[in-house]
Amino acid sequence: MSFDFALIVDSIPKILTGIGLTFQLLFLSAVLGLALAIILLLMRISGRWYLVAPTMVYIYIFRGTPILVQIFIIYYGLPQLEFVRDSIFWPILREAFGCAIVALTLNTGAYVSEILRGGVLGVDRGLKEAGAALGLSARHRFIYVTAPIAIRLCLPAYSNDVISLMKSTALASTITLLDMMGIARTIVAETYAPYEIFISVMVVYLILTWIIQRGFGWMEKRMSRHVRSEA
Amino acid sequence: MIPKVLDMSDSDQTNIIQLEHVDKFFGAFQALKNISLSVKKGERIVVCGPSGSGKSTLIRCINRLEEHDNGKIVVNGHELTSAVKDIDAVRSEVGMVFQSFNLFPHLTIIKNLMLAPRLVRKASKSEAYDTAMRYLERVKIPEQADKYPSQLSGGQQQRVAIARALCMNPLIMLFDEPTSALDPEMISEVLDVMIDLAREGMTMIVVSHEMGFARKVADLVVFMDQGEIVESNPPEEFFDNPRNERTKLFLSQILSH
Repeated sequence: MSFDFALIVDSIPKILTGIGLTFQLLFLSAVLGLALAIILLLMRISGRWYLVAPTMVYIYIFRGTPILVQIFIIYYGLPQLEFVRDSIFWPILREAFGCAIVALTLNTGAYVSEILRGGVLGVDRGLKEAGAALGLSARHRFIYVTAPIAIRLCLPAYSNDVISLMKSTALASTITLLDMMGIARTIVAETYAPYEIFISVMVVYLILTWIIQRGFGWMEKRMSRHVRSEA
Repeated sequence: MIPKVLDMSDSDQTNIIQLEHVDKFFGAFQALKNISLSVKKGERIVVCGPSGSGKSTLIRCINRLEEHDNGKIVVNGHELTSAVKDIDAVRSEVGMVFQSFNLFPHLTIIKNLMLAPRLVRKASKSEAYDTAMRYLERVKIPEQADKYPSQLSGGQQQRVAIARALCMNPLIMLFDEPTSALDPEMISEVLDVMIDLAREGMTMIVVSHEMGFARKVADLVVFMDQGEIVESNPPEEFFDNPRNERTKLFLSQILSH
């Protein structure tokens, strides 16, 4: 078969017109997902069964099912229900974009809360005890001792999740959104050249991954200054 | 000035710490058996005993890092119960130094010292800074103020940990094997700080195997074995004339080298 380089050169600028939407999907769901993850984490470590149990069920469902199924249920399934159409959420769930954000947020929130929990559990018990022995309240211990150390511990795993979230945004193209993947699929439908077009879109995703990796790498380095010893 | 939970000025005869018939279980294992002990203001007590004898558990019960199961513990007039609302206030009067230092690794030395006075005592930044520098000078490492804990030697870290506890102006200091994790050449720099502290009249409970230290500063040496206080006596009596067979055995093992 022939490989049409000109088509790649041609299509990359077109694909890039969808990068704005890809970024919106990524940033909105990353930020909202992180907020959700923090709430889930606090519920999960509260030690109160009526907060812990629903959180565990939630995490089990959203980690245990494919994100594509979750997107379809939210986009195709929820509008079937009358109370959803009557609810205050309808302006969001009416739009494909809103559904994609909701699905990605709910999904990444479940994963990230488990990543954060790993970080919190990884904080040396002795440090929490030292905080307690100094008379710090439980809230102060969490904010000033546990959380800053936990953040450093879970940064590598979190960067992984952001990359995986970035790739998941491509699934939004299945519900009519013209993100980079959506545009690529449109071009494929017009040109019948899946090979060139999908390779183009792959290259763009790889570059984004590289940027995210470098960003987190820089953050890890900055935040672990205290570990590098000069003595 | 930093407020005290209770004014102790005219109560030198009062027990600042009082344990009565304290039991502590970890599952089926009984770590403390019917422990009674009272500590007066300014007293220095050294607790020794074989590993697993419950000595760490004992001092960890005093600031409620462990919760006792039976009996009564009164610290500075506050009985420790599951209902004790102001456990944080009690803890802020009781300084603790751990075997593994437990400095906050993400904070510089000076910030390690300033954290609790700022948050608990609501000290201003400059007040907390001045107090911190004063205690860093007392433990003889003011020049390390802006370093991170990982950049200091073990002995220096432990001296910082002592200074951090002192910044809260505690009434009592608890030491949980403060020199056990140190290289031999660093032990004396930490003990020197502790001896200074004892000379200034600090009430101290020290879990330690440093028998030289015990002889030098202790008012009372307490020997524990299998969760019980086997023998407690002033150091001359304790070392020169141990009564219990278990004490004799322990002393012969620890002093034979």
